[in-house]
Amino acid sequence: MKKDGKKIIFENASDLPPMAMSLGSTEYNETGSWRNERPIVDSAKCTGCGICWKFCPDMSIKEDANGKASVDYVFCKGCGICAVECPVKAITMKEEDK
Amino acid sequence: MSDQKVLMGNHALSWGAVTSRVQVISAYPITPQTQVVELLSEMCSDGTLDAEFIKVESEHSAMAACIGASAAGARTFTATSAQGLALMHEMLHWAVGGRLPVVMGNINRSMAPPWTIWTEQTDSLAQRDTGWLQIYVSSNQEVYDSTLIAYKIAENQKVSLPVMIILDAFFLSHTSENVTMIEQSKADAYLPKYNPKYKLDPKEPHTFGGLTTPDWYYELRYNIQRGMDESYQVIKDAHAEFKSMFGREYGMVEEYKCEDADVILVGMATAASTGKESIDVLRSKGVKAGLLRIRFFRPFPFEDVRRVLKNAKQVLVLDRNLCPGMGGIVYQEVKSAMYNEKNKAPMYGFIMGLGGRDITVESIVNLFDYAKKNDPQDIIWMEVKK
Repeated sequence: MKKDGKKIIFENASDLPPMAMSLGSTEYNETGSWRNERPIVDSAKCTGCGICWKFCPDMSIKEDANGKASVDYVFCKGCGICAVECPVKAITMKEEDK
Repeated sequence: MSDQKVLMGNHALSWGAVTSRVQVISAYPITPQTQVVELLSEMCSDGTLDAEFIKVESEHSAMAACIGASAAGARTFTATSAQGLALMHEMLHWAVGGRLPVVMGNINRSMAPPWTIWTEQTDSLAQRDTGWLQIYVSSNQEVYDSTLIAYKIAENQKVSLPVMIILDAFFLSHTSENVTMIEQSKADAYLPKYNPKYKLDPKEPHTFGGLTTPDWYYELRYNIQRGMDESYQVIKDAHAEFKSMFGREYGMVEEYKCEDADVILVGMATAASTGKESIDVLRSKGVKAGLLRIRFFRPFPFEDVRRVLKNAKQVLVLDRNLCPGMGGIVYQEVKSAMYNEKNKAPMYGFIMGLGGRDITVESIVNLFDYAKKNDPQDIIWMEVKK
């Protein structure tokens, strides 16, 4: 097993993880380019409650140094669930530049 | 004296789960759910059973919960029926692709509409291509015993696939029979604690079933088929160990008076146990009749079917199911298993007992009369009202 960037290369079928576990594809398959709208976090409003982190279907909410929400734009697909779920309306969706 | 209980099929399955020391049970508690999980939920709430009971909002979620629990290393159980099984369909594939040894009971009920709760095998046979092992049982003792056997097979790392235990609605599910219970310490010796080599653990994070490109999906499917291939020996060993510990004998199939039989009836579940009586009636009239009951439908018992049917002059397949536009599902499979054989008998495909209509000793005897007087046909309807 070796790596090509983030991609894991399996040289032999016997190297394949059982149960299709950790094939590495969630790392190298960057889905951020699918996004039409980008979530913007207003740190002044964010209380750090973590609800957006809990709801994000793609694990794209990270905690910044101040304990506030930040978005991993490499993987965020822009679904907007975080903006809907935020109890203090700290996340707004902004259209991506074409 | 061994411990005896009078149990209906549903409760034999619940007790099978109890004796197997299941750790997580998930279910949606409304029709088509049965007393299988009703009893288990009572036992969880009164503390008789030390298991987590996860109540969910659909069968799809019930299977999803089982998949999560099993991936985390718990011995997991659920039960369903007909529309509930159909709703689980997507998740059945996830359990297989995840190589998770979930064991599920399915009560064979006919598919709606029109709404019905009586037995037919189309619900579970429609799931044959998902990769679950399927055991069709014909007595409540077999229901109970098969639960332990199912975990033994599913959790074997050579197999690592989920198993469905399938019993007829009412004819087994609501019929009480004497069941010999297995002493817990002996059950534990037969079925040790589930200890998977790989499991989801927050201390050692893994993705699970993530995106797989054409690079490796083919091999992962190949591995599932290999698990099925390996399961034949694992099943044989599980049955042999069961027999040596508890005395009761099971196989991939059950044969009844087949050795010298000219005409062999093939069937599954309770219709096949009724068939034994029909064979006795036919034998008393001088007909050399035999019966082959398929117990494991997945993996398909190729070797047994070929061995038993090779000297028959006629093969009659009784299907309590229907694949519209093709006929009986067991018939299709038995016929295809025999296609490359040198010795193969003419085959008759009978559709019987749909929607829970009784299949009597007499109606099975009639199949033999029909085959004596008619050429083989793929789809034969014997009891359609005019």
